[in-house]
Amino acid sequence: MRILICLSNVPDTTTKVKFKDNNTVLDKTGIQWIINPWDELALTRALELKESPNSAVEKVTVITVGLQDAEATIRKALAIGADDAIRINAEPVDAYFVAMQIAEVVKIDMYDIILCGIESSDYNGSMVGGMLAEFLNIPSVSAVSALNIKGEDITLDREIDGGKEIISISSPFVAIVQKGISIEPRIASMRGIIMAKKKPLSIVQPIEAEAITENIEFELPEPKAACKMISPDNVKELIELLKNEAKVI
Amino acid sequence: MSVLVYTENWDGRFKKLAFELVSYAGKLAQMLNTSITAISIGNVDNSELSKLGHYGAEKILTVKGDNFNILDNGLFTTVISQAAEKEKSEVIILSHNNTGKAIAPRLSAKLKSGIVSSVISVPVSLKPFTVIKKVYSGKAFSKVIVKTERKILTLAQNSYGLTEVDKQAGIEEFTPDMSKDLPGLKVINTKKQKGKIILTDAEIVVSGGRGMKSPDNWGPIEELAELLGAATACSRPVSDEGWRPHEEHTGQTGKIIAPNLYIAVGISGAIQHLAGISSSKNIVAINTDKEAPIFEVADYGIVGDAFKVLPELIKAIKEVKS
Repeated sequence: MRILICLSNVPDTTTKVKFKDNNTVLDKTGIQWIINPWDELALTRALELKESPNSAVEKVTVITVGLQDAEATIRKALAIGADDAIRINAEPVDAYFVAMQIAEVVKIDMYDIILCGIESSDYNGSMVGGMLAEFLNIPSVSAVSALNIKGEDITLDREIDGGKEIISISSPFVAIVQKGISIEPRIASMRGIIMAKKKPLSIVQPIEAEAITENIEFELPEPKAACKMISPDNVKELIELLKNEAKVI
Repeated sequence: MSVLVYTENWDGRFKKLAFELVSYAGKLAQMLNTSITAISIGNVDNSELSKLGHYGAEKILTVKGDNFNILDNGLFTTVISQAAEKEKSEVIILSHNNTGKAIAPRLSAKLKSGIVSSVISVPVSLKPFTVIKKVYSGKAFSKVIVKTERKILTLAQNSYGLTEVDKQAGIEEFTPDMSKDLPGLKVINTKKQKGKIILTDAEIVVSGGRGMKSPDNWGPIEELAELLGAATACSRPVSDEGWRPHEEHTGQTGKIIAPNLYIAVGISGAIQHLAGISSSKNIVAINTDKEAPIFEVADYGIVGDAFKVLPELIKAIKEVKS
């Protein structure tokens, strides 16, 4: 059994975003790039499954669509423990384009389980996983918070409003995963970082495809009005304000 | 031509978010000078379906059958895409909730139609079709052009509001062609909490952070939530410590919520937490540290000890109520 994890290369979550060129592009100055947090949790879970006793998982592969600058992030995934990596050499212009590029690679060499993070922390789209499943014509399950493999049986926990469902599914499929899939992301060890340099990273040229959406301008939110401070000895005032000014209670 | 809106049901009933989607679709249909069709999948009776008319739906397609009792993304995509073809829909609207996020991208790939998710308003331009969405976890907005003839949008929850119009909607049974179906999923177990207000649906949320000091101190948070008809939430360290269940974690990697009122108690407001709550319409912060970043996003703040402020707050609300 082989697992593929789709990775996004995103700015660190503590980044204060700024834009340039009339707010049309992200100002990348000083940004630290990381593996999208949910993709990192997916990778961690895949490695846990591969390392479990009598595991059916033989190989964990990571894939990303990105130019040379995404290479550090994909090497980090190898250092954490992925066996090999694929980089599709293109600017990830929109989710449709990204899903189409990954689908082309997967169609030639099918994986049993494909994992995608629930969203990327930059565009917050929550799209690539579902699109990829549709392009490949295989099932997809979203909001997955657990993945377990026992022999041939694969189960997923899916979050639903106010609870969860345990789903039994046959491979191949795409699972779009969220918090809970693993607890803490695994950190690369020194040995892992050295090993990563020797692991295979193949660079694939993209197919001809066009983006069907385009970001034309970014805006920062309006600065908020100053917080109205209320004395801790006069909480009644807060209730008054919530009732008569904000009109929310 | 039409605007098609997918109205999800929960055990045969619609929630506020379905009505919000229809209200949004109504405005969009007016801008495009076209009509609104709602599609309902699963067993919903006609009196419930007709409620969609009160928010502007002109036609309701209902697809019934027990095979729709669980969410099968591939199956639902097939149904909605066929409805879109039949209704010649220019725009398809879904919610940016778990279900919408699961189906909308598949629809985009199936219909080769451009999609924008987590849209916060009606289009700012029709030619080219341009909408605004949240990006960088609410730290910025992006104007996005959709270049295809047909467009798919998922609407951020609690971002539009309700518009009542009282139309009589025509209800029509719709039987999709399911011959090319994918292998399905099997749900082997469902665990659901009964009688609890669901965090992502809640209009008011009371949330506790590390400042609550111990899981044994959650009594006043729960009491306040119950008084206000609110859901309870928590910050990441609290769920990581196991003080509260993971489902309550709000923040970048947990739940992203947008209630009308968010009350943060003992939460300092790390940037990752703010990413999950900054779309709330009103934020109240109670914290001992007056420099805490939560006060930068809060509308109302109390610098004080939660263990003294909360009982006072509970008392004051009880007085107002009686």
